[in-house]
Amino acid sequence: MEPTPKPSSPLRVALSWLVVLVPLGWGVVQSVMKSLPLFRG
Amino acid sequence: MPLDESAGGKPADAPARRKPSILDRERTIAPPGFNRWLIPPAAMAVHLCIGEVYGFSVFNVPLTRLIGIESSVEGRDWTIPQVGWCYSIALIMLGLSAAVLGRWVERAGPRRTIVASAVCFCGGLAISGLAVKLHSLPLLYVGYGIVGGVGLGLGYIAPVSTLVKWFPDRPGMATGLAIMGFGGGALVGAPLGVELMSRFKSASSTGVMETFLVMALAYLAFMLFGAFTIRVPAPGWRPEGYVPTARPKRLVTHADVSLDHAWRTPQFWLLWMVLCLNVTAGIGILGQASLICQDMFGVSAAVGGGFAGLLSLSNMGGRFLWSSASDYLGRKGVYVVFFLLGAVLYALLPTIQRQQSVALFVMATALIISMYGGGFATTPAYLRDLFGSMHLGAIHGRLITAWSMAAVVGPQLVNYISTYRIERGVPRAEAYNATMYLMSGLLLVGLACNLLIRPVDERFHHDATNPTS
Repeated sequence: MEPTPKPSSPLRVALSWLVVLVPLGWGVVQSVMKSLPLFRG
Repeated sequence: MPLDESAGGKPADAPARRKPSILDRERTIAPPGFNRWLIPPAAMAVHLCIGEVYGFSVFNVPLTRLIGIESSVEGRDWTIPQVGWCYSIALIMLGLSAAVLGRWVERAGPRRTIVASAVCFCGGLAISGLAVKLHSLPLLYVGYGIVGGVGLGLGYIAPVSTLVKWFPDRPGMATGLAIMGFGGGALVGAPLGVELMSRFKSASSTGVMETFLVMALAYLAFMLFGAFTIRVPAPGWRPEGYVPTARPKRLVTHADVSLDHAWRTPQFWLLWMVLCLNVTAGIGILGQASLICQDMFGVSAAVGGGFAGLLSLSNMGGRFLWSSASDYLGRKGVYVVFFLLGAVLYALLPTIQRQQSVALFVMATALIISMYGGGFATTPAYLRDLFGSMHLGAIHGRLITAWSMAAVVGPQLVNYISTYRIERGVPRAEAYNATMYLMSGLLLVGLACNLLIRPVDERFHHDATNPTS
């Protein structure tokens, strides 16, 4: 008999993305800050 | 006897074996209803960590002041060229380990591979911390370069080939997400390293040892998250509503080519050249962006640093955007854009320098570097188109030796040519012009290689009914 499909929890999917997007976002902000002198100069 | 590819080519009707461990491929097969959108964050978690290697330069100066702390003590402290070898060895080992261990990666499955990668990469960081404590340069080379480099190679290929299997409908976008993570690794790793070193710095320590150890633990946790989230699709799985086109694009195959056959085809070596030349052209500028900007336009070090930061962002963004675009334009088409547009832009840079237009220079180089990143991210999907997904990880592993080669050759080329010209009296502002023309030429050679790529001959296709094929 086919096992009943149990969909992944949307909360789990969202949390997994947060785990990677939070540090990546922090890194992007750091790089944007670093590149500001280029536009001021 | 039929072979079960998902079990790495072992006989499918083998007698009862040991209970599979939690790391085995068969324990990572996704259950029905598993959401494939869990795979990109798992892959990105791994690539965000190993991408730290791109930010290694923040440790260069502190590593040359381990004894003097505030300044380097000549004859006792390490020098920048000595320390710089760590990065080169790590990238060489990345290519070598991916090439040699690719077959094992296919057999072991993504979870075991990512755990091995985490142990090597984070273990390498911990050994580097010990090397700093003992002030042993050979141990630093072994830790960060060799052990850490093996971790890079394993961690680079395993999530990528898994993603391609989960996203047959949009392989470019999927691999772009993971490989964007690798580009983002520098954006996270470099400021994290600086922040931690400033926290741990004291009158008697540069804080590098403690930073290596903290990063080892933090990255281990992240990579293990990736390892235990990742799954492989069940055999025969397809995304809901996805039907492979009956008449695929000319270069896209529905067949598979084994590793042994793939790397003997002209297509493999043409693609090797394509990747090598694209990376050589980009890495030469990316590695010394700040210095080049300062020399060519006489801007301050802060502005030069800002330029380097902007290029890192376009490197990361280009990985996702160009790779996603390749799902619509085709891999060959996207590479044609990279090579043609890149060659034109490189050839224009000396003129832009003569006009002293910083804004134009920034726009042109940001576009060039976005295509450099895009080249990395498009390659796995290009391989999938040509060779199928059966041995994609192993074939990708062999291909990225091209990156190792370019990572060593590219910066040396820029360094050598600009230094040679400065020594012969060329003004610093114009010293890079010859390099720009050379890069333009290299990209045109890459264009020719890309145009020569044709579909793989059917005699190389894997015949599932014939185990020896």
